[in-house]
Amino acid sequence: MAVDLAALKKGGFMRQKQKNNFSLRLRVVGGNVTAGQLAKIAETAERFGDGHVHLTSRQSIEIPFIKLDQIEEVKEFLAEGNVEPGVCGPRVRTITACQGSAVCPSGCIDTYALAKELDERYFARELPHKFKFGITGCQNNCLKAEENDLGIKGGIKVKWREEDCISCGVCVKACRTNAITLEDGKITVNESLCNFCGRCFKSCPTEAWDTINGYIVSFGGLFGNHIAKGEPVIPFIEDHDALMRICDAAIEFFDENAKPSERFKFTLDRVGRDKFIDRIMEAYNNG
Amino acid sequence: MAEYTITETVDITDVVCPVTFVKAKVALEELEDGDILSIRLNDGEPVQNVPRSIKEEGHKVLKLTDNGDGTYELIVRKVGD
Repeated sequence: MAVDLAALKKGGFMRQKQKNNFSLRLRVVGGNVTAGQLAKIAETAERFGDGHVHLTSRQSIEIPFIKLDQIEEVKEFLAEGNVEPGVCGPRVRTITACQGSAVCPSGCIDTYALAKELDERYFARELPHKFKFGITGCQNNCLKAEENDLGIKGGIKVKWREEDCISCGVCVKACRTNAITLEDGKITVNESLCNFCGRCFKSCPTEAWDTINGYIVSFGGLFGNHIAKGEPVIPFIEDHDALMRICDAAIEFFDENAKPSERFKFTLDRVGRDKFIDRIMEAYNNG
Repeated sequence: MAEYTITETVDITDVVCPVTFVKAKVALEELEDGDILSIRLNDGEPVQNVPRSIKEEGHKVLKLTDNGDGTYELIVRKVGD
């Protein structure tokens, strides 16, 4: 029987060195797995694999040593515990995320909610090559946003509110880009230095800042055979719907322009960043 | 600016993160609600992070002053018993 390896790969089954053995990649969103799912995964590894799982570099779980003739049985077994296979190959991959504002004191955005939304919107969408989304909640960048084809980083845009300020000076030191100065009881923020980390607001004893939580989106990152840092087009996106329009535009641009097996960065380099920037600005402005 | 009288002082320049915050926290635990603690801390990571940690514990930061010698004085009012 001829084995369709591409079809298996699409379904999350990765060929191993060991003949007729496959490592099954699971669908994980934003790095969260329930205890119930974990129990089912453990049972699957015991029953169908060799009793271990592998945690991938992008927050998925793989169950190695699944036998070719048991693939369908394994899928059904996992489905009983609400566990689905993931994907590999030329399509939208696992949406990764840090814990974000739902759990982490540093988080500026709800990364998990956003990961679920992007997963529903794009997961496994067929494209000329792999396409990775990563979402990190703040400038600490635990999730390494810029190594993804499309990276999203949470941020906070601040505006000083004089009437609540006690001129304590904490924000001046909390700011790591030296964007804030305090003189004669007045705070000045150098906007060209502000990186939207939100530390001034988070450290402020009276929270004397008007804030807007938003997104810093970078494009064209990759961290494999080639290494490149994704770059933003718009410094700070305040609006969730604008973010979605921009994600749609980026993925459509990639779909329309990329050659097979060409990562987003190389499409941008070849087709021209200017053309891409025009497309993103159009999506951003046409709400 | 509200007036305050310092109840107690603590020097955390002799320890490093995360003990800086722990030492300040222990000093605050010794105090009563409304007491004022003056914390001497180093430039760099302590002055960037300790004020926020104290805020997250629910206490009130009143003032941060530069001692001009690479150290700062953080004035905190204890909130709670």
